[in-house]
Amino acid sequence: MTSLQTVRIAGRALMRNKLRSFLTALGIIIGVGAVIATVAIGDGAKSMVEQSFAAMGSNLLIIMSGTTTSGGAHGGFGSQPTLSWDDMAAIQREVTSVKYTAPQLRTSAQIINEEQNWTTSVTGTTPEYFLIRTWTSAAGSLISTADVDGATKTVVLGQTVVDKLYGPSVDPNSVVGQSVRIKNVPFQVIGVLERKGQSASGQDYDDGVFIPSSTFQAKVQGGLKQYLSGVILANATSNDTTARAERQITSLLRERHHLRKGSDDDFSIRNLSELANAQQEGTRTLTTLLASIAAVSLLVGGVGIMNIMLVSVTERTREIGLRMAVGARRSDILYQFLVESLTLSVAGGIIGIATGIATAEELASKFAWPLLVRPQVIIIAVVFSGLVGVGFGLYPARKASRLDPIEALRFE
Amino acid sequence: MAKAGSSRSGSVSAGNTVIDIEKVTKVYQTGDVTVHALRGVDLKIDRGEFVAVMGASGSGKSTLMNILGGLDYPTVGEYRLDGEPISRLDSDGLARIRNRTLGFVFQSFNLLSRTSALENVELPLLYGDVPARERHHRAAEALTQVGLADRMEHHPNQMSGGQQQRVAIARALVTRPKVILADEPTGNLDSETSVEVMTLFQELWRAGITIVVVTHEPDVAAFAGRVVNMKDGRVKSDRRQEARDAREALAAAVAQREQEHEHEQSELAEQASATREEAG
Repeated sequence: MTSLQTVRIAGRALMRNKLRSFLTALGIIIGVGAVIATVAIGDGAKSMVEQSFAAMGSNLLIIMSGTTTSGGAHGGFGSQPTLSWDDMAAIQREVTSVKYTAPQLRTSAQIINEEQNWTTSVTGTTPEYFLIRTWTSAAGSLISTADVDGATKTVVLGQTVVDKLYGPSVDPNSVVGQSVRIKNVPFQVIGVLERKGQSASGQDYDDGVFIPSSTFQAKVQGGLKQYLSGVILANATSNDTTARAERQITSLLRERHHLRKGSDDDFSIRNLSELANAQQEGTRTLTTLLASIAAVSLLVGGVGIMNIMLVSVTERTREIGLRMAVGARRSDILYQFLVESLTLSVAGGIIGIATGIATAEELASKFAWPLLVRPQVIIIAVVFSGLVGVGFGLYPARKASRLDPIEALRFE
Repeated sequence: MAKAGSSRSGSVSAGNTVIDIEKVTKVYQTGDVTVHALRGVDLKIDRGEFVAVMGASGSGKSTLMNILGGLDYPTVGEYRLDGEPISRLDSDGLARIRNRTLGFVFQSFNLLSRTSALENVELPLLYGDVPARERHHRAAEALTQVGLADRMEHHPNQMSGGQQQRVAIARALVTRPKVILADEPTGNLDSETSVEVMTLFQELWRAGITIVVVTHEPDVAAFAGRVVNMKDGRVKSDRRQEARDAREALAAAVAQREQEHEHEQSELAEQASATREEAG
């Protein structure tokens, strides 16, 4: 008996009891479907977190000024400027694990063109800012060193601002070269940023405009010549060096600010890549938890298969006796029943994968998550359901193959 | 035991023996009870014989049948089928013998339900590794031989008992076995259908196939050319006989049924007219 014939016999036996076969496979369908859907949704959520953190900048450290204390009331971070432009230069120069530094001077202002106006955040910065954020332009150019040195009245617009001022369907290239007014000062649009979407907390990265830091100080928000009225962004050379960069910056700034041992820092550093890692870790834990619950339901599906196969063996005792009488070997009977349970579980697995992907797709489109189905998850699901089929089918199949043909033929 | 076999001496040449059972005993142990199902049976059956094995229940005829069919091993003794010593084969070897050398017909037909007659007949060929096209061809041939050429795609539940048993006979035939073993083949059939089935067996017999039928009905045994009587695990008698022609018996049975039918009809007509008169 060839294996193809065994498969065909098993298939025919299953087709004779279509409803029962389907119900038996249902356990596996639900199990595999649940595993595929949870893992796909988990992976999608994880990649969304990754994306939003990536839009924020890779390996990002945010260095903020210290606090003021007046009459026992503590102001928040940044309420007293303690970071100087020299501090930023020193970090760039001396901290080896930092790649770029950039200032982020920010205020809220109204932007006006001929027809529309829009109040948004205005950020004064340097070319390194876009490298740290890993932002690129959709049209035109970004702020250059020459712009900073010459304090040119140039501006780079975010997509949301373009949408509000020029309409959502406008070609970004046509916006480049236009003139807008910020706090009544005319600026020339030199570029439009690529759309980046929202941060994990829902902040719209595209709602903002960017001008040279020197122009920001001269035209938008004056004062504080040597101090930096904002935060310093720095990015570590790699994901592994963020913690080291944080330590090095801390000790450098403490030294530069002449802080004694034991006294508090007059600045603070936020390590966003650690935050990202923690959030990803959380997602992963949740995915693992849900997937293991789903895997348990797969096992339950396996028990269902075993149960039905045992019933089937008893029900078909005479058939087994007859097959033996006309020349089936014990191994033929063993394989027949094993292939039946294997077919049930693998077919269930394949339907389950389709169901799982469909469910994940449905949920992904509902919550606007990216859909991510890793091929290895599918392979694992198929292999696992196959193992369930063989594992739980073996006992009934052995039972069938060990029947005494005489007894089996006499069975009522 | 030698006495029991004396009636067939002389007519048999050794090379013509297809079933050769020598001093076979079978002992079952069920709990504390030891059952001696066979107590030393000798039996030689020649190629082309039609043998009926008779006996009451408990006589050992079923046990003998199981051993003949390669479904069971003798406790002691030797069984050679077509010259091959069966009693020393392992389970796979016996499966091969059952597949190639023997054909089975059962009392309860044992057809696979929801499976066409053709597929039922193909089943032994499937285990004999016969290629699909030849399987089809031979199964169709066997069904034609038993007169069911027009029922090949019918399922068992769409056929009468007699037709089902003929499918089972086709299934036994399809491997071109040396011996067909039938265990109470007419046990589930009415008398006329029984004779029909026996007609088929006689046709196969005339075509040269060796047939062994186990039965407890003397009417059925009458169609065989030799009757072996079993009692208490031993062969009690073994005699050759003039086989009754099943075709004639069938014709007689049909004639009788028609006569009875006519009789019934006339009786019914009489009753009807009597009722009419009463009513009038």
